[in-house]
Amino acid sequence: MKKDIILAGVGGQGIISIASIIGYAALEEGMFLKQSEVHGMSQRGGDVMSNLRISHQPIASDLIPFGQADMIISIEPLESLRYLPYLSAEGWVITNTRPFNNIPNYPEMDKVMAEIAKVHHHVALDAEATAKEAGSTKATNIVILGAASPFLGMAYEKFESAIRFIFRKKGDKIIDLNLNALKAGRDFTEKNM
Amino acid sequence: MQKLLLLGDEAIAQAALDAGLSGIYAYPGTPSTEITEFVQNSKFAHENHIRSSWSTNEKTAMESALGMSYAGKRTMVCMKHVGLNVAADPFINSAITGANGGLIVVSADDPSMHSSQNEQDSRVYGKFAMVPVLEPSDQQEAYDMVHYGFDFSEQYSIPVLMRITTRMAHSRSGVERKKEIRKQNELKMPSDLRQFVLLPNIARKRYKNLLKDHNKFVEASETSPFNKYIDGTDRSLGIIVCGIAYNYLLENFSDRVVPHPVLKIGQYPLPHNMVEKMADECDEILVIEDGYPVIEELLKGYLGRGVKVKGRLDGTLPRDGELNPNLVAVALGKPDTIGMAVPDLVVTRPPSLCSGCPHIDSYYALSDTLSALSNGRVFSDIGCYTLGALKPYEAINSCVDMGASITMAKGAADAGLVPAVAVIGDSTFTHSGMTGLLDAVNDKSPITIMILDNGTTAMTGGQDSPGFGKIEEICKGLGVEESHIRILKPLKKYHEENVAIMKEELAYNGVSVIIPRRECIVAIDKRIREKFRNK
Repeated sequence: MKKDIILAGVGGQGIISIASIIGYAALEEGMFLKQSEVHGMSQRGGDVMSNLRISHQPIASDLIPFGQADMIISIEPLESLRYLPYLSAEGWVITNTRPFNNIPNYPEMDKVMAEIAKVHHHVALDAEATAKEAGSTKATNIVILGAASPFLGMAYEKFESAIRFIFRKKGDKIIDLNLNALKAGRDFTEKNM
Repeated sequence: MQKLLLLGDEAIAQAALDAGLSGIYAYPGTPSTEITEFVQNSKFAHENHIRSSWSTNEKTAMESALGMSYAGKRTMVCMKHVGLNVAADPFINSAITGANGGLIVVSADDPSMHSSQNEQDSRVYGKFAMVPVLEPSDQQEAYDMVHYGFDFSEQYSIPVLMRITTRMAHSRSGVERKKEIRKQNELKMPSDLRQFVLLPNIARKRYKNLLKDHNKFVEASETSPFNKYIDGTDRSLGIIVCGIAYNYLLENFSDRVVPHPVLKIGQYPLPHNMVEKMADECDEILVIEDGYPVIEELLKGYLGRGVKVKGRLDGTLPRDGELNPNLVAVALGKPDTIGMAVPDLVVTRPPSLCSGCPHIDSYYALSDTLSALSNGRVFSDIGCYTLGALKPYEAINSCVDMGASITMAKGAADAGLVPAVAVIGDSTFTHSGMTGLLDAVNDKSPITIMILDNGTTAMTGGQDSPGFGKIEEICKGLGVEESHIRILKPLKKYHEENVAIMKEELAYNGVSVIIPRRECIVAIDKRIREKFRNK
């Protein structure tokens, strides 16, 4: 099994946390992993992306070739479209529909949604609202991870234990919040598939 | 031992700790910052008194490391590629002095300029200084190379340059640590106490030694575990591939077997015999290197009449920018792959100053102050505040290198552009602005210098600022008149007041320093969160 994943969002939205959780789960499965991320200037409210590759076979490139990603997981709708050249024909886009509007020329939302709808396989949900219901908008990224989890080729429990590990120093309250958020995202995809 | 999941930067730091490091010296710079931070956050490093706080700039870092090497201990100095320009003087001369304790200089290049003002290739510096260069292809190799590099440095009494790129520094994968943790060296003086005295008559001898040692370095490259000649059946093409580009090559073969002979390079100077073997056996050579066409140019020669070489110079690969698996596929004559096009409505989302950032208020006040004058008077520098060049501020007119704001404003004022303004951050000021300020004071140059003091090195993630709490004392010490050092609070509610102060100082025919002082809001957020966590 191998999954090549593009993680997308705006600096500060928490794509690195998603990468850490998937990465931990993959390592527990005994898989290989390469994950490339962007630090520095673009973290200041700019677009950020990370290449995450997990596989049972050794991985060569740190970068996913264009047209070969299995999935784009995005915490922001416009950002989910920026990396379409990476997506394979059979690939999935899993994205938040809540825009992060920090630019003066943000396109009209219905047009953005229409472009997302053009992707053959996609899951789009208001992860911020879902996260709020689950306990806090701070777990928006984890809702998105939950929504992506059915496509990641690993048992759901693996993500739960990864969350328990990654947030272990933050206390039970934070762990429960994130587990709820993960479940809410998962439920959305399962209901709408 | 279980594998650790480490960034390239972290693998280098972990290796240094495992290899008997006594001290690390650095100034933060993307993509090198996490090496030093890893040591700073290491419990092992604290327990073993491994020195790790930030240096004022890369030159002071390099010189301190050279001093630690002189005293016989293992040391590492880390910087981004342009930092090596700042440290170039001690770096080049350290090749002449040689090392005593193992000395590794890590320089992190940034092809495609993700976070930099150029994409210079540090391997050129390695050749310039005639020091051996190590270039890892993955995180495990980065880990192993640090051990090898320290041993090499001590065996040959020479600093070793380790060249990484952004993709290497900021990519994570599994790393297996060595079982044995090496003890730190004992204090041990150089066997020749004149080794580090570069008086001409000594330097001439030492330089001859370095030239002689070059042959030994080439021999070492021939047998290095990091240079491999992998034979292939299709000799119509031979491939020389360096560092991380090796992964892009393998990505293009599903069984990871390349049909052509491949020379994988991880240590320089080039292994002469291996290159010759490839030139003898293959019809032509493709060179795949992330960065400048260093090897390609060398093989091609000035007239290009020798071996047939393809790469970045003949358009087989792009002349600039970071490589990727697709570019390498095309260079190999394989089909390119691409997904859906980016929809037209996708606009760029450039980085911007954070909401609530003190620089925003400083820039609005400055722009108001200058509104009656002609445009183009503001020289700025390297840091978050460089984003003031973008909309909606468009408040600055230059960003060249660390410290250049003050000296460029001075030069422009010398030419008659009065008033001229310099905008520089607190950390950049102590890095390379202080000497320029002394020049301005000595000339009584009519410039106004704004030192944006947010109390931290913000752009690279909020490291300690070496001049924290000392900025106005430094300015006074360098001779700025006390009445022309003005401290103000960059907040909207003080806007009129701040504009008035700026106008007064702009009108002064001499050096003024204005210090808008308010803590970085990201730093406040981090501080409060840590406080909350410790409760």
